[in-house]
Amino acid sequence: MACGEDKEQKQDPRIEGIAASIRVVPDFPKKGIMFQDITTLLLDPKTFKNTVDLFVERYLGKDISVVAGIEARGFIFGPPIALAIGAKFIPLRKPRKLPGEVISEKYVLEYGTDCLEMHVGAVQPGDRALVVDDLIATGGTLCAAMNLLERAGAEVVECACVIELPELKGREKLNGKPLYILVESR
Amino acid sequence: MKEVVMLEEENGVVDPRLQAIKAAIRVVPHFPKPGIMFNDITTMLLRPKVFKDAVEIFVDRYRDMSISAVAGVEARGFIFGPPIALALGAKFIPLRKPKKLPGEVISESYVLEYGTDSLEMHVGAVQPGERVIIIDDLVATGGTLCAAINLLERVGADVVECACLIGLPKFKGGCWLNGKPVYVLVDCRQ
Repeated sequence: MACGEDKEQKQDPRIEGIAASIRVVPDFPKKGIMFQDITTLLLDPKTFKNTVDLFVERYLGKDISVVAGIEARGFIFGPPIALAIGAKFIPLRKPRKLPGEVISEKYVLEYGTDCLEMHVGAVQPGDRALVVDDLIATGGTLCAAMNLLERAGAEVVECACVIELPELKGREKLNGKPLYILVESR
Repeated sequence: MKEVVMLEEENGVVDPRLQAIKAAIRVVPHFPKPGIMFNDITTMLLRPKVFKDAVEIFVDRYRDMSISAVAGVEARGFIFGPPIALALGAKFIPLRKPKKLPGEVISESYVLEYGTDSLEMHVGAVQPGERVIIIDDLVATGGTLCAAINLLERVGADVVECACLIGLPKFKGGCWLNGKPVYVLVDCRQ
């Protein structure tokens, strides 16, 4: 359990409460997976606020113009951050959910592939973007998200997640982009 | 009796924030299928001031109503519900498509044009007597919102109101859903 970087500082006192509020559900969605459930975090208003505040404090005043959130749990954390820092919110969605013209990026799953889409014109060249999701596991989805933004000419400044599963080494999939997380789950 | 309040028309004066909200919504013809004029809120999310104003209008309405929980319908209700919940100091409860929520859930079916779908909520998310509002981006037939109301009432919650940014024309002139009022910011663009 650790705040992703800032080795010099002591862990922020809010982190402990955030970590404790996450519920682990064994064997979901299939046997052997210990699912990190953030819905219990959302049921505690103070803890949810602390979670958002930690991200906002990091990104306020850093000239971030876009917060991209990955469907669906990235839609819960991304918008409050976007609103607080005055950035656009861009939903990155599963195929055929976004109406109108989209660009599409494939990524690899354990078995097969999936796809993430973004609206054409959502992002402008020169936009400084964050990618937000509840959790980073293998990093496949985050990587696809970053690719979408970069293809549209944005600069991905950082990826931000509540939880990291470090043993899955998702960090290594991010092409050297920084990752900021609040809680590690081993 | 005007159960459905279209803020836009109150007192004959149009709140400029509502004009901006309505103008920021994009209509995409024939999505997801021919004949449907899809009201797309993603263009509004690209305008930080307009998005902020929409949230503020809801927060101002519910601030003094002792709301302890905001339930949001997957997936666009997840965009608007959490900022409202945070501002009200309320819990946020995601209402999801089947098999997305881990652990024990309750489930409510509803009818689609062809076939049925269902909505799920975690057991224990809300306690009996809690005052709850339900948020989605748009109300069309009301089928999804009715399922949401049912889920919450089955566990004893008090659904105070359903709130959406956009309402289809049938919601003008007073249409309750399951006896609950529906609050809509703007009517849909055609």
